Amino acid sequence: MTEARFQRMKDLPSTHLLGAGTAMCAGCGGLAAVTEVYDVLGENTVFVNAAGCMTLLSVYPFTPFRGSWLYTAMASAPAGAQGVRDALDILRAKGRITPEEDLQVVVLSGDGAAGGIGLSATSAAIDRGLDFIYLCYDNEGYGNTGQQTSSATPHGALTATDALRSGFAGWKKDLFAIWVANKPAYAATVIGGEPLDLARKLEKARSMDGPRMILALAPCPAGWGYDPEHSVEIARLAVKTGIWPLKEYADGETVHTRLPHPRQPVENYLKLQGRFAHLFEPARDEPRLKEIQDAVDAYWAPLEAEHAGG
Amino acid sequence: MTRELITGNAAAAWGARLARADYLPAFPITPQTEIIETIARWSGEGVMDCRMVMMESEHSMITAAGAAAATGVRVYTATSSQGLLYGMEMLYTVAGWRAPFVMANVSRGLAAPITLESDHNDILAARDSGFLQIHCATCQEVLDVTLMAYRLAEDRRVRLPVIVNLDGFYLSFTREPVNIPGQDAVDAFLPAFDPGPATFRAGHPVSQAVAVLGGAPYSYFRYETALAAQAALDVYAAIGADFFARFGRRHGALERYRCEDAEIVFFMMGSFSTKAKEAVDRMREDGVPVGLLRLCMLRPFPTELLRSALTGKRAVAVIDQNLSMGKGGILHTEITSALYGYRNAPPIVTSFVGGLGGRDISIEEFFEIAAINRRASETGEIPPPRLLYTDTELREIRKLQAIAHVERQEEIVP
Repeated sequence: MTEARFQRMKDLPSTHLLGAGTAMCAGCGGLAAVTEVYDVLGENTVFVNAAGCMTLLSVYPFTPFRGSWLYTAMASAPAGAQGVRDALDILRAKGRITPEEDLQVVVLSGDGAAGGIGLSATSAAIDRGLDFIYLCYDNEGYGNTGQQTSSATPHGALTATDALRSGFAGWKKDLFAIWVANKPAYAATVIGGEPLDLARKLEKARSMDGPRMILALAPCPAGWGYDPEHSVEIARLAVKTGIWPLKEYADGETVHTRLPHPRQPVENYLKLQGRFAHLFEPARDEPRLKEIQDAVDAYWAPLEAEHAGG
Repeated sequence: MTRELITGNAAAAWGARLARADYLPAFPITPQTEIIETIARWSGEGVMDCRMVMMESEHSMITAAGAAAATGVRVYTATSSQGLLYGMEMLYTVAGWRAPFVMANVSRGLAAPITLESDHNDILAARDSGFLQIHCATCQEVLDVTLMAYRLAEDRRVRLPVIVNLDGFYLSFTREPVNIPGQDAVDAFLPAFDPGPATFRAGHPVSQAVAVLGGAPYSYFRYETALAAQAALDVYAAIGADFFARFGRRHGALERYRCEDAEIVFFMMGSFSTKAKEAVDRMREDGVPVGLLRLCMLRPFPTELLRSALTGKRAVAVIDQNLSMGKGGILHTEITSALYGYRNAPPIVTSFVGGLGGRDISIEEFFEIAAINRRASETGEIPPPRLLYTDTELREIRKLQAIAHVERQEEIVP
C-alpha cells in the first residue's frame, strides 16, 4: 500500500487498535498521536519505549497494545530497537522465523529523551542505517515529571524549573533538522490534531526501510496549562499560526505538507496556554511576543516568497 | 581438539565462537578490544556466523545485547572498567528482563586516577545487578567457563545474564596453552539457544519490562530474580559435572587448592591466585600448613560451599584486589557475612588489600600474610586491615611527588 490509502478523512480507520483506559492525562496530545500512528502501523509492531510519559501505557498486567512492547531506559531506546531488529534479521537469515513473523520496530520517545539524554543513541542508530521508525511525542518539556525545561522547550515558555518565572530564554532544539542533517530515509513532523496528514506520512514511512522519524507535537494540558477540551484546538492553531510546520523529508528534499494561509498571529496559539500567560498578564510583553513572531515569520518568509512567486 | 598458545582475550573470543554466538553488539575499550576485534576478524573470514554491530556506548551496547537476547538469539559482548560502569543502568535493567546472554568483563581499575591496569573494583560495582559473575584465573578457564556460562544463563531455572571476568593484562594479554575443544563436542555440551515463548514475533504479542505500580509486584519480581540467581548454584554444579565428564576439566563455584589439611587459607579471586598457589607450594615445602580457596563464582555466592571448605581452619587471609572507600576489602565483607554465626567458622579472618591498578602481589607478601595469620591465630587477636604496599613503593612515590613539586616551582619539603 502507499500513501494513496488515505485521501480523505473518511479513509481514516473508524475504530482504533490502541486500547482505551490507559493512565495518560485527559487531552494528551501524545496519546492522540500514538493512537493514530498505531492505526496505520498495525499490530505487527514492537514498540521500544524510552522512559517518559508513555512508560505508563503498559503497567503490569495490562497493555493497550495488540502487538509487542519493550521498555528500555531513557537514554537507549534506539539501541534496544537495534538489538530487536538485528535479532529478527538474524532469525530470518538463519531460517528460525518466517518472514510473516517479522515485526516493524518502533521507538517511542518523549522530547526529553529524543533531544537530550537519548540523542547520542538516536544519532548512532541513524549512522548505522537502522531499519526502524522513531516516534517522538514532543510535549516540549520533561512532561512525566511535571514539565521541567527540556531541549525542546520553546522560547518564552514557563516550566516547573523556571525559578525566575520569566520564560525559557533559549530556543527550541530543531530535532527535525538534526535528523535531516544525518540523511535518514524519512523524517516528518505531524500532530494528532491533523490526522489525515499524520496518516499519509505514516503510510509513507511504513513502506520504507531505514531510519524514519515521526516528530509529533504533543499538546499537553497538564504541562502547558490549558483545559483538556482545548487540545485539538491548540493543535490546529499550532499549524495555522505556523509555529509547528508540517513537513516531510525524503530523497534529500524537505517538502511542507501544509502552507498555513493566511498564517494567523502566533499569539492566537500562545494566549490559550498558561505557560505563556506571563507574556499577556499583567501587561503584554511586546518585545518577547515580537521575538517569537519574528522567529516564526523568518522561518516561513522564504517559503511564502517562493509560493507567491510560483 | 587443538592446543594453542593464546591470550585470555583470544580464549574469550574462542568461547563465543564455539558457543556459536549469533550476535555481538560491541564497543571498544582497553584491555578488552582484542576480543571484539578477534570476533570481527572471524566473522569476516566466515569461520564464525556472528553479526557484529558497533554501538556508540556501553549503555547502548548492553541495551542491544539484552534486547536481542529477549528476541531470541544467542548474544555475546564484552567490556571493561569505565565501560561497565557507563552501562550500569542497563546491567540492572536487562537482568530484570531475564535476558540470558554472556558478557566478558576484562577487569581494570576505575578512574580517578585513570589507569589501564587491573583490579576488581569495576566488576564488583556490578555485584548487585542481577548478572551472575564468574571469575577466571587462567586462559583455559576463560574459554571453558564462557561455554558453561551460556548453559547457565539459558537454563530455564536461571534465565539471567552472566559476566565472565578476566583480569586485564595479567590474563587478557598473557598467552597460555589452551585446549580448544572441537565444535562437535561443544555442540553436544551446549545445544542451540531455546528462547522459549517470550520473544517478539508477529502474531504473538509480548510485553517485556513493563512498569509495576506499588511495592508488592515490584518485590515479587525482584525476589523471583533473586531466587533464580540462588538456583544458579545447583545448576552450575550440574553443568560443571557434565563439563568435566565431557572435557575432563573441573570448574566450580570454588576452587580448593591444598586446603584439606591447611590451617591457614588464602581467600581471593582472579589471576593473582595463580601466584598464591606458588606461594602455597613453597610454604608447604617448608612445612607451613597453608592452602588457597579461590572464589570462582561471586554471584550467586556459594555460602554453604565456603563454610564447608573452611570448617575447622584456624585463619583465613582475605586478599582483596579492590577497595571500598570507607569500608575496606569487599570480599572480606562477603566472606565474614557468610561465616559469622556459623558454628565451625575459623576464629580469625584477616583483611589485606593489594593488587590495585595492576600493582603486583609478590610471593614474599603471601609469606608475610601467612605469618601474620599464624601469629593472629596464636594470640587470638585479629590485626587491622592492611594495604599491601612496600617501603620501596612509597619511596618511589615520594620521588614522583618531589618532581611534581619542582615542576610547580614549589619548595621541596624535606
